[in-house]
Amino acid sequence: MFWKYGLFCSIFAGSIWGAFWQIIFTMVGILTFGIPLELDVNQMLIIGLVSGIFYINFQRIISMKIHLTAIFTMTLLVYVFNFGKPYQINESLNNINIFILIFLTSAVTWISINFSLNKISIGKLSRYDLENFYIKLMWGLGLIIFILITLIPFYIMIMTSLKNQQSLILNPLDFSLNINSDFKTLFNSYIELFTDFNFHLFLINSFFVSCVTVFITLFFSIPGAYALARLRFPSKKLFSSSVILIYLIPSIVLVIPLYAIFSQIGLRNSLFALIIVYPATTIPVALYMLRGYFSSLSSEIDEAALMDGLSRVQIIFKIAIPLSKPAIVSVGLYVFMIAWNEFLIAFMFLDDPSIFTLSRGIISLNSSEVPQQHLMAGAVIATIPVMIIFLYLEKFLISGLSTGGVKE
Amino acid sequence: MFNKSKKNESKLHQKERKLAFFLLFPTIFIVLSIVIFPLLANFWISFKPISLGDLRPPELIIKENLRGKLINKDETAEIHYRYRNSSAKYDLNNVIFNDKLPKGFTIKKIEPNNTCEIKDKNLTCNLEKVPAKSSGKIILEIATNDYWQKSKDNPKNTRPTTSYQSKNILTSFEFTFDNFKKVFSATEFLQVLKVSIYYTIFGTAGALLVGLFAAQTLQKSFKGRTFVRGLLLFPYISPVIAVAFSWVILFDPFSGVVNSMLLQMNVIDKPINFFGQKYTDISVFGYIFKFPLALSMVIAFEIWRYFPLSFLFILARMQSLPEDVFDAAEIDGASPFQQFYYISLPFLIGIISILFLLRFIWTFNKFDDIFLLTGGNAGTRTFTVNVYEQAFAISNLGAGAAVAVVIFTFLLVFSLVFIKYSKKEAF
Repeated sequence: MFWKYGLFCSIFAGSIWGAFWQIIFTMVGILTFGIPLELDVNQMLIIGLVSGIFYINFQRIISMKIHLTAIFTMTLLVYVFNFGKPYQINESLNNINIFILIFLTSAVTWISINFSLNKISIGKLSRYDLENFYIKLMWGLGLIIFILITLIPFYIMIMTSLKNQQSLILNPLDFSLNINSDFKTLFNSYIELFTDFNFHLFLINSFFVSCVTVFITLFFSIPGAYALARLRFPSKKLFSSSVILIYLIPSIVLVIPLYAIFSQIGLRNSLFALIIVYPATTIPVALYMLRGYFSSLSSEIDEAALMDGLSRVQIIFKIAIPLSKPAIVSVGLYVFMIAWNEFLIAFMFLDDPSIFTLSRGIISLNSSEVPQQHLMAGAVIATIPVMIIFLYLEKFLISGLSTGGVKE
Repeated sequence: MFNKSKKNESKLHQKERKLAFFLLFPTIFIVLSIVIFPLLANFWISFKPISLGDLRPPELIIKENLRGKLINKDETAEIHYRYRNSSAKYDLNNVIFNDKLPKGFTIKKIEPNNTCEIKDKNLTCNLEKVPAKSSGKIILEIATNDYWQKSKDNPKNTRPTTSYQSKNILTSFEFTFDNFKKVFSATEFLQVLKVSIYYTIFGTAGALLVGLFAAQTLQKSFKGRTFVRGLLLFPYISPVIAVAFSWVILFDPFSGVVNSMLLQMNVIDKPINFFGQKYTDISVFGYIFKFPLALSMVIAFEIWRYFPLSFLFILARMQSLPEDVFDAAEIDGASPFQQFYYISLPFLIGIISILFLLRFIWTFNKFDDIFLLTGGNAGTRTFTVNVYEQAFAISNLGAGAAVAVVIFTFLLVFSLVFIKYSKKEAF
């Protein structure tokens, strides 16, 4: 079959990489220069295809000189294809920039082709080599696509928050930042959020609610998890599985009765209400995670401590907690993130702007009167603490897993 | 000897049992009061004719007016008390009305005089019952006396006080099936069910497949792998409100990057309202079919936001797979796809099925994402958004609770399936 031949692989990889990088770099060009560029997938597809065939034939004799010649030839071909006017640009301005863009597209396409077709012979391939080729191709494409789709919304979020209203309306695609502009104009949205929109209050409220939630959750779930992991009591199994079940109950099912009851007792529009509700949703999660960790610790230490006359409560404080510090820290941070990110209950319960949490505050920015960049600046403010915690969480998760109980 | 040790052990057991109960009690208490009790209360509310406005208890509203001028001694004036029942639905019972009059007046006449009496300048009216929506008036004719000239008290200085009883719809025993009738008979029920099922199935399967693919990609070790692994988790850990709004702005029809980009690259000729358009016509080989645009966008967001979770679990499981199995397969000449199909996949199928069930339940219950992206418009109203729509947008708490009961019923079925399978997989 024809697709089992190296020649077909080279055509396939060449055209795919050509088209792929043409799309990506056209977008990059539009975003960095802020000018309309015509997307022409076909030209680079054909150039990539030819380069693929060229590479697979001459890969044995290839040298640095040939690499450079190939890239320049590809760049030149783009100009030839477009009669000297690539991207359909009529004005002659920014010709250097366009050249650099085309050169980069060619270079990256050439490097990708090198990577994909490395050590592939032109003739019929073995099944192993063939599959390896396709996997390598998919791996490369997959990695780039994953990184791009993950980052783009965050990139837009940050860049939008740094723009001003006029430039956003004039050209939504112009994400080139004016680096010469001073701090005040660049961070204007952030400054306004803190001076005019009470974001300092929202930050304090969110921190307060999240920290109290973490404290209450850990205070109750550590002893509970220890009991579930170590002590023998009837219907323990049932209890453990009902913990997971309760974790599965969504807050949308609970929000109406909670709203009704809290309204009637006059607790609804207060931070205290959040402090009551949040731990109830996080304790089952924490209990489940900590129970798993406590069970993974060897029970020999506990038994030895019991022999030495320590009570169970003393064991919790003197042995279980110190031994599982990394786990407790990561559970605590996880609970903090849940409370920080929570939106539904805060949205339903809080009416008074002075007690808004960040999520609730950002919702109030989502109106036609507040400009987009304020909304995005609010989103950045809400995201940064979570990102910082996440960097710690990753570290603790690894150390939590690697710290064993008894060293044998 | 043997007996004694047994006795000791049972004592120890008893002690442990007591301690376990003591340690778990706060958790049980909190969960019972904030999760289980509201869950039952939700059933209760779903059978009640209750609207958002009923949460504010009926009140007796009183306005006091002074008619006539009080300048000199022996002048007469009238005090008008107008009262009104604030509720349009519920009567007020055992209504008693009180007001204290300043010393400087003598009372000449009370209207209606059969319900009111005066003792030591204290006016007490027993109004008994004020029906819903109704209002009434108490008129007091007064005259100034000697004392008034010195004090010049305004009779309005003292506020009237009232006491009354009203029915609380939340605790009364008034029930109705209307909420469920309304939820099931509405033509939108089938539509909501359909959207929920599409959203759940495609969202879950999509996130799992993308997660599996991402895990395969990061399985191979390369420079900067830890960094990329952390990067791919960003969508999952960021606040939903931040990422949802950045998607909305990214796909905005007027100033969004995606639309401007597609316009400038001449891919489309007019902007597309990604989150506001129910259908878009797509022609494939001459056939034109309606593509549910907004729903697909919401599903895409769901996949984007939750593939990291599947990715993380699958990657962790893959890294616990012993290397030498693959080495052996390599020596036996197994191709990469064969290695994936015959070694990795059977090993991963357990975690994948657990993840599928868990994600299925969570996706079905998802509210925040859809609500923030489309508000449930443009054909994206799932059951969860419908709870909000009924209870808080249309202000019919009972109907909202009825939808929540429907969700809970689904949840119960899914959970039973989940428990049955998770036992096999030792989750």
